[in-house]
Amino acid sequence: MGKDIIIRVGGEGGEGVISAGDMLAKASARAGLEVLTFKTFPAEIKGGYAMYQFRVSAEEILSHGDTFNIVVVLNAEAYEINKGLLKPGNVLVYDGPDGGIDPKPVEGVVQYAIPMTKISKVDLASPISKNMVALGAVVQLFSFPMDSLVELVRNKFRKKGEEIVNINLKALEAGAEYVRSNIKKTDKFTVHPKKPEGDAILLSGNEAIGLGALVAGCEFFSCYPITPATEIAIWLAKHLPKTNGVVVQAEDEIASLGHVIGASYAGAKAMTGTSGPGLDLMTELLGFASMAELPLVIADVQRGGPSTGLPTKSEQSDLFLAARGGHGDFPRIVLATATIEDCFYLTVDAFNLAEKYQMPVIILSDGSLAFRTEKIKRPDLAKLNIINREVYSGNGEFKRYEVTDSGISAVSLPGHPGGQYIATGLEHSETAAPKYSPDYHAMMTEKRFRKIENIEDEYAASEYDGNGDEDIGIISWGLTQCSVREAVKRCRDKGLKVSALYPKLVFPVPVKAIRKFASSVKKVLMPEVNYQGQFAELVRAHAGINPIRYDIYGGLPFTPEQIEAKIKEVI
Amino acid sequence: MEVTQQLKPKDYRSDIPPVWCAGCGDYGVLASLTTAFSANHASTANTVLVSGIGCSSRLPYFVTTFGMHTCHGRAVPIATGIKLARPELKVIVVGGDGDNFSIGGGHLPHVARKNIDITLIVMDNSIYGLTKNQVSPTSRAGMVTSTTPHGSPDVPLNPIAYALVYGATFVAQSFSSNARLTADLIGQAMNHKGFAFINVISPCPTFNKVDTFEYYKPLLRNIDEIHADKGDKVKALSLAMTMGRESATVPIGLFYQEKRPSYVELLSGIKTRNKGTNNPDLEKIIDVFKL
Ligand SMILES: Cc1ncc(C[n+]2csc(CCOP(=O)(O)OP(=O)(O)O)c2C)c(N)n1
Ligand code: SF4
Repeated sequence: MGKDIIIRVGGEGGEGVISAGDMLAKASARAGLEVLTFKTFPAEIKGGYAMYQFRVSAEEILSHGDTFNIVVVLNAEAYEINKGLLKPGNVLVYDGPDGGIDPKPVEGVVQYAIPMTKISKVDLASPISKNMVALGAVVQLFSFPMDSLVELVRNKFRKKGEEIVNINLKALEAGAEYVRSNIKKTDKFTVHPKKPEGDAILLSGNEAIGLGALVAGCEFFSCYPITPATEIAIWLAKHLPKTNGVVVQAEDEIASLGHVIGASYAGAKAMTGTSGPGLDLMTELLGFASMAELPLVIADVQRGGPSTGLPTKSEQSDLFLAARGGHGDFPRIVLATATIEDCFYLTVDAFNLAEKYQMPVIILSDGSLAFRTEKIKRPDLAKLNIINREVYSGNGEFKRYEVTDSGISAVSLPGHPGGQYIATGLEHSETAAPKYSPDYHAMMTEKRFRKIENIEDEYAASEYDGNGDEDIGIISWGLTQCSVREAVKRCRDKGLKVSALYPKLVFPVPVKAIRKFASSVKKVLMPEVNYQGQFAELVRAHAGINPIRYDIYGGLPFTPEQIEAKIKEVI
Repeated sequence: MEVTQQLKPKDYRSDIPPVWCAGCGDYGVLASLTTAFSANHASTANTVLVSGIGCSSRLPYFVTTFGMHTCHGRAVPIATGIKLARPELKVIVVGGDGDNFSIGGGHLPHVARKNIDITLIVMDNSIYGLTKNQVSPTSRAGMVTSTTPHGSPDVPLNPIAYALVYGATFVAQSFSSNARLTADLIGQAMNHKGFAFINVISPCPTFNKVDTFEYYKPLLRNIDEIHADKGDKVKALSLAMTMGRESATVPIGLFYQEKRPSYVELLSGIKTRNKGTNNPDLEKIIDVFKL
């Protein structure tokens, strides 16, 4: 095997492309390989083009990669969409000759025809097992671990009964057998499993957010379903009751944040998950939570907007909303995830920061990360630091909104005699009585903002990769960081002097780190997946630097190749 | 430690004086509420009053329990969150007709059908008070307000019929100056397991010159005289439909009460079936993702 292989499977939505891909990814991970998946699927339930791509490697994988090495097309539409991307050295596996696909030869591209439709329809009399035939062929062609797959297929279909298990296993074997007897392998791609590590887990971005919440001590989750955030709720609904937690599906996003606010007032660590349109609806209560100084977490799994936009595609375009959305002046904290590990650890951080500063914390994930699965090191729970809000337990004169140097004041929880107070959205005195005088509003606004004045020093807000004297420095946030990491590595291998800053905290903008970084390089480049260069705009305003922008906005994340080309162009 | 002896109604009053106009119906609701608290030995530490925005929504400041003064229309979901997170707390929502039937109207069907164990007391003055004289969802047709100078073209909403149809398990109506009935209904509602709804007609003498104390007094009628079987939803609904506020009589009292598992009970069942524990084995949960 070369360093790694990227396989793309394209077919009709609902045809089993995703589930076949999931099984292959899992089997690879079990065989000790690193895997990272990338899926796109149509917004429609049935039909439309669904794509499952996955990258396997014996070494660490940084991003979803540039394009594919191997493409498996299950129908004519998938072939039409992908044929223009075929390059010398690629392999095309297709449903032929009876599957309606008749590819033209492309110089340097190896083509394997597997009669998937015929085998499943005629030989097996089970048209729905076409995806399994394809899977069997792929496994045989590139030496994926068959034993592991057989077990996964068994597990997946066990609930549906022995008959279904057997049909699928037969289809898997038929695909493999067809390759063994009829195909002469002429490509160079073969996977070489390593010894599996015992402590790895495989999960998606949304599952990692759910797990992070549970581990951080989340006791309450309320949401309204929205793509691509719903799996957070689905996972928590299944597992949170085991920890005596509560999951509610609310009537809308306003109600779900309302539920979370009430739960937080009552003392619970509480969270909601949504995507852009839902976060829009939440902004009034977001301001209330900040004013009332209630800890809570909102995971915003971004999709393309505005409006219904691109429901199943990803974009990094909710940053302004997360950082700036809402009327009046109020603080909130925004973290951005780049990897599955981030989804887990930043969710834990989000709860900790919310509790510490008593304010809303928004996690920005995105559609590509939501559905991507990746193998990560099993978290060491003993190493996680869990923070709880400062709770008043006295019985004297309780000042809920006491003006302190840190801006943080103790909160009392219902049930505590002597701790009674009114959490309020009205401007108020230290004891929460309504007060609208200019002095009070100024004093309390400053108190609220003072809480996060030093957050950059108190929280490891960004990661620096460089040695302090480079020709170009890249600042990126969220998913883009993955492709930047790979591009930086490639550029350095070619002798270019490139450094990078990877903020986890995107609001408040980590100004000190950014200024220091900017002064260590000749030029700063900021790639992001949105039209307005939203982070660049915040960086310009807060850190006073003027980065070169590189914005893309087609609903797909950056490839490392795009970043690499841009670095070379502007260096 | 909480004082164990029974508190007097005035012990539930904070030192923040109400900001309401002289003669506002909301004073009567506040008085009935503290009477009900006293009569039911409500603990100031274990009771939470939640409100939205409006004249009526200022009420939590005037009481010594825990409280939240939140956003216009959102008191019901916020109260729901409190109750679901801490089922042992008594959670009561107070607010106006605009707050609960208009901007927050979308929450009412769900709190009712889910049978969330909270009490909602609507202080219904058929006008927007705080924003000074605009039409409300319960304003009568043709009412002249600042935003309907030519008379309101809207058909008014029937709060009791709504609550019944949405599935509330305790539905009552009272009148602000009828302190004994109001306090009694609030007490019953607080002890009801499930969603309890009380519409308290609470006149606004400043802006609503039609639905006044004087207008209502002769029309009020104790519902118990004509409606004994509180489990008869169809009868309750037909009374609500035929004896509206613009008709000859306005029934006050308990319209309907039903025993149905509350949301808190159902949640607790889910936790039990999943062997919920406060000391979970997190490693076992992480094992879900093992290869
Ligand atoms: C989102 C939002 N929209 C509008 C308002 C303005 N507003 C405040 S109170 C109110 C209506 C109050 O009427 P009601 O709920 O009937 O209470 P009352 O004052 O009559 O007791 C309105 C429209 C607001 N505070 N927030
Ligand atoms: S405006 Fe009406 S509702 Fe508001 S305080 Fe005055 S009388 Fe009461």
